[in-house]
Amino acid sequence: MIIKGKVWKFKDNIDTDVIIPARYLNTSDPKELALHCMEDYDSEFVKKMNQGDIIVAGRNFGCGSSREHAPIALKAAGVSCIIAQSFARIFFRNAINIGLPIFESEEFAAQCSEGDLLEVDTVKGTIKNLNKDKVYKTNLLPEFIQKVISLGGLREYVKEELKRRGENV
Amino acid sequence: MGKTIVEKILSAHTDTDNFKIGDIIKARVDFTFANDITAPIAIKYFKESGTRQVFNKKRVGLIPDHFAPNKDIKSAEQCKLLREFAQEYEIENYFEVGKMGIEHALLPEKGLVLPGEVIVGADSHTDTSGALGAFAIGVGSTDFAAVMALGEVWLKVPPTIKFIYSGKLNKWVSGKDLILYTISKIGVDGANYKVIEFSGEVIKSLSMDNRFTMCNMAIEAGAKTGIIEPDEITLEYLKGRAKRPYQIYKSDPDAHYEKIIEIDVSKIEPQVAFPHLPENAKPISEAKGIKIDQSIIGSCTNGRIEDLRIAAKILKGQQVHPEVRLIIIPATQDVYLQALREGLIDIFISSGAAVSTPTCGPCLGGYMGILAKGERAISTTNRNFVGRMGHPESEVYLASPAVAAASAIAGKIVSPEEVK
Repeated sequence: MIIKGKVWKFKDNIDTDVIIPARYLNTSDPKELALHCMEDYDSEFVKKMNQGDIIVAGRNFGCGSSREHAPIALKAAGVSCIIAQSFARIFFRNAINIGLPIFESEEFAAQCSEGDLLEVDTVKGTIKNLNKDKVYKTNLLPEFIQKVISLGGLREYVKEELKRRGENV
Repeated sequence: MGKTIVEKILSAHTDTDNFKIGDIIKARVDFTFANDITAPIAIKYFKESGTRQVFNKKRVGLIPDHFAPNKDIKSAEQCKLLREFAQEYEIENYFEVGKMGIEHALLPEKGLVLPGEVIVGADSHTDTSGALGAFAIGVGSTDFAAVMALGEVWLKVPPTIKFIYSGKLNKWVSGKDLILYTISKIGVDGANYKVIEFSGEVIKSLSMDNRFTMCNMAIEAGAKTGIIEPDEITLEYLKGRAKRPYQIYKSDPDAHYEKIIEIDVSKIEPQVAFPHLPENAKPISEAKGIKIDQSIIGSCTNGRIEDLRIAAKILKGQQVHPEVRLIIIPATQDVYLQALREGLIDIFISSGAAVSTPTCGPCLGGYMGILAKGERAISTTNRNFVGRMGHPESEVYLASPAVAAASAIAGKIVSPEEVK
């Protein structure tokens, strides 16, 4: 899949309390969560961004609480992809499990600017910065994770695995 | 070459032979659980998967603790989902309000998480149970749904960082101070994707309650989990609790660690982590005099009986400062009852503190002590992110129960020494 979108830059250690504050966790409705995405960081973020835009962040994106509401809120708000210098591990799992494409690249994240237009090839793991005319290669994800992504997330994997086992269903 | 405790636990839970660090393996799960925030999404996905039963009715836990007792109508609906799911799928370990406690305090107390096990919880502080020598990892809702269906989890075999604590603990220095100090040394992503093994003479002398506090906050350094080798103190704790037979594993002397970090605890004062990251810990001597509006003693980090005992020791015969709200939340019903029997609740209420039924409540800005704009709290909880306890312009300082109790009396951050 090729994703094309404009960059919104975020600093290091963006935690899941900032991505979606706990006061909104009395619901799991993606549309409702999306309205409050990043609210405590930039109250205008959801209004300013366009569908398909890309978040580029520093280190440890998604640290803190395990709430899957965080990647769900980002995806529902229209964020198409997140590229960070590094991700906190539970956020990383959650994003993969719900089918939100994420990539780690220190070099790219350090060199890109807010507003840059990117073209991301999710299969090849390449990021093209169209403003700076430069292509970056990210580390390929392990085989199992690629399989989960190609199936469309962990939910599809579970269905397939249950079928394979021919039990429990 | 020898193996670490984590490598041994994973070997016993996977069919993959000779795995190495970084490999993706599938591990059998001994116990899995979720709360009223993370379970609703999982329940939806689980039902969609088409499976008719959970992998093992005895090995799934549902604990409404975050916004329970129900804080509003939406929360009530979420808790109702858990209750109905538990009934429909005959989940044995559903804990209703009245029996409920904060999950990471409740499950060890009930003997439902045990040494040598693989524990997967849909909450980041699942690492707490690592204090029993279990491999306990936090995940999200989809992972929890998958474990309920399959009884296994995919994971990347993590490297381990070993911390060795030695020296004599200073007065008022607890497990909370040690973990805040440790996080300040390596940073909030210092152990990202890795395991922290806490070891050394100091850890061996710590009570289980202090060990739970330390493992609880391993995630605040980004760790996959924290773990402590079981010893006599662990076995004593498990007597009369353990619901299943269990296996003790210990790291070999020649096990491979990514890094070994030695810490001399004799240099450590009580710690206070400044807003807005847990890594901002400073010695209490550098935090003195900061005015507070609220003090919280509780949570999965510091809501156990020893935490309440130390708070009571400081509050006995004293009064909470007139401009401070002190809110004390025992982590489980058993802790609450024990505190009542020991006369601790009497001390708290006589000092002017509010005592609440178990709930995560204010820790994550749910309810039961939300901060207004510009307000400041000292808290025994685990996170001080922007807006964590209320208004985005409020502030949370993290500390031990001793410091939180002393500060409540003084109306500002002080060392327990100053109010005794």
